[in-house]
Amino acid sequence: MGTDAIAPEQRERLIEMYRRMLRIRSFEEAALRLKAEGRIPGAIHPSIGQEGEIVGACLALRPDDYMVGNHRSHGHPIAKGAALEGLMAELLGKVTGVNHGKGGSLHLCDVSVGSLGETSSVGSGLPIAVGAALGAKRMGTDRVCLCFFGEGAANEGTFHESLNLAALWRVPVIFLCENNLYGGCTSADREMRLTNIPQRAHVYGMPGEAVDGQSAIAVYQTVSRAVARARVGAGPSLIEAKTYRYLEHAVGMALPSYRDEAEVAEWRRRDPIALHRAALSEAQVQDAAQAAAVEAQARAAAEAAVEFALRSPFPEPHTAFEQLYSTPVRVRPGSH
Amino acid sequence: MREISFPEAIGEAQREEMRREVRVLLIGEDVSRNLLGTAAGLLEEFGPDRVMDTPISEAGFTGAAAGAAMVGMRPVVDHGIATFMYTAMDQLVSIIAKSRYLYGGQLSLPIVIRCMMTYDSSMAAQHSDRPYPLYMSVPGLKVIVPSSPYDAKGLLKAAIRDDDPVMSFEDSTLWACTGPVPEEEYLIPFGQAAVKRVGSDVTAVAIGGAVRHTLAAAEELTREGISVEVIDPRTLVPLDLDTILASVRKTGRLVAIDVAHKTCSAASEISASVAEEAFDALRAPILRVATPDIQIPFSPALEKGLYPTRERIARAIRQVMRGVMAP
Repeated sequence: MGTDAIAPEQRERLIEMYRRMLRIRSFEEAALRLKAEGRIPGAIHPSIGQEGEIVGACLALRPDDYMVGNHRSHGHPIAKGAALEGLMAELLGKVTGVNHGKGGSLHLCDVSVGSLGETSSVGSGLPIAVGAALGAKRMGTDRVCLCFFGEGAANEGTFHESLNLAALWRVPVIFLCENNLYGGCTSADREMRLTNIPQRAHVYGMPGEAVDGQSAIAVYQTVSRAVARARVGAGPSLIEAKTYRYLEHAVGMALPSYRDEAEVAEWRRRDPIALHRAALSEAQVQDAAQAAAVEAQARAAAEAAVEFALRSPFPEPHTAFEQLYSTPVRVRPGSH
Repeated sequence: MREISFPEAIGEAQREEMRREVRVLLIGEDVSRNLLGTAAGLLEEFGPDRVMDTPISEAGFTGAAAGAAMVGMRPVVDHGIATFMYTAMDQLVSIIAKSRYLYGGQLSLPIVIRCMMTYDSSMAAQHSDRPYPLYMSVPGLKVIVPSSPYDAKGLLKAAIRDDDPVMSFEDSTLWACTGPVPEEEYLIPFGQAAVKRVGSDVTAVAIGGAVRHTLAAAEELTREGISVEVIDPRTLVPLDLDTILASVRKTGRLVAIDVAHKTCSAASEISASVAEEAFDALRAPILRVATPDIQIPFSPALEKGLYPTRERIARAIRQVMRGVMAP
């Protein structure tokens, strides 16, 4: 990245990438703390380490584009521009949560930023993304849909059905495989004979490309090309972002040892936030003081979200009976 | 009034709703080819962008219909045969039924899932299920089971206009039936049972293809001086329990007739609800007439008589009239 050829909007975008990665990191670190304090019910699946691909991909979208997440999906709505308060409140099961306490960590959904939800049965989001893209096309818009899934999902039937359908129908969807190398405790090379995921794109008739998921800039550039292609009606693409989750599959799971400490350390040395900070410094887009200000802002935003979530009330029990149907069906009492 | 067939009634509902609302799509395997007689002329009128043939990828196109519904389309998915939906079970149960609730009401899924229940036709176990009770126990879905061309058209039109996911189970044994269907537009609201025959001694609640056999049994029993009230719930979710309870309060007896397997059938649910809410009105034990809990065999010699027949239904009604327990 040269220092002289950076247009103002590009500078702005580079800083925004930094800002959003930090918002995700700060949000998840705060969530880890709340989880340890027993304030978050259920399970959380942090994406710490994956912020580069998450933000790079989402910034390649317009605000009105659609996005489908998965079980490791705190970062996706944040990268797409969601406010942190409603997301954090949802993690705590509060009424002010984006899902009013119905979904929790695994299913954050902020429709206002184009999210079509996050699904926790692996691979189930891919057909939804194909359909959203089909809908966008049928309604005569040029919206696209970005679909996040892990390499584990690439072995689900829905992956293969969805790629085939998307290519056949030429719908504007970008399949973004977040390959963090492990499905639970099982490494990718124990899940498939051929671990080259983009290769699978070609057999369905769409371009496939791998990218360094620790570089938000590289992901942004790659996804932008796929988005441009999708927007003009040239059809879907598959992108594999090579990345890593630093933490366990889910917080608090007592998993047997399955990763080398050295491997984790090596990936931590390629931290996407640190890499981006260095790139911006080298390109003279942001100096140390500016970087520190962005970091402080992100931490403050996460803390404000924590305060908001803690202060918010839990939903009233009777609201468990709401929002199941648009046209309600009378639910008879379950016990007498 | 003119008479049309059961599949023609379904086809008319689809055509009228596709004319009325451009966001209605028909999606499924070979839907443009009108293989089951429910899509006559639709491809010609609406073109391949709205009458979409799919590859044999049930999970894929069912989920795609869900995604399209989330962004404002109103897909009608034709699954052909009911058992084929099992390959799309995750999309049906975990995505389509749950999304609105999980996301706190932010998204609606106006989607209709249609299928034909092919049974009593020597298609063996993997083609012959009547699986609507499975889906009755999935909150978030609505379930309709029409028993006549009139109900098929009115219920399907209402389903397509409904903003929630609706599963329509269409009974293959009714395919050759014709019945009066007015030329004028009408809708049948969900949650309104039809009293198909008024009676005073026994309430017979029957579903789908069992309704006409129940009506035949009721006719036969008049000769024995037994007056049977026949109720067709038409929609199982929502279920019009009020109409059923009012009838049982009048007759004091209930026989529930269902072509599904007996365990956890719609008949079981109706029987349990009546026992809970109108036990004081019952003058005899409730009886269910359903399909025994075995898989459906191929040979006609084995399959014949497994489903509720006029004879089995009449026998059950005579039994509740005698007030005796199930044998």
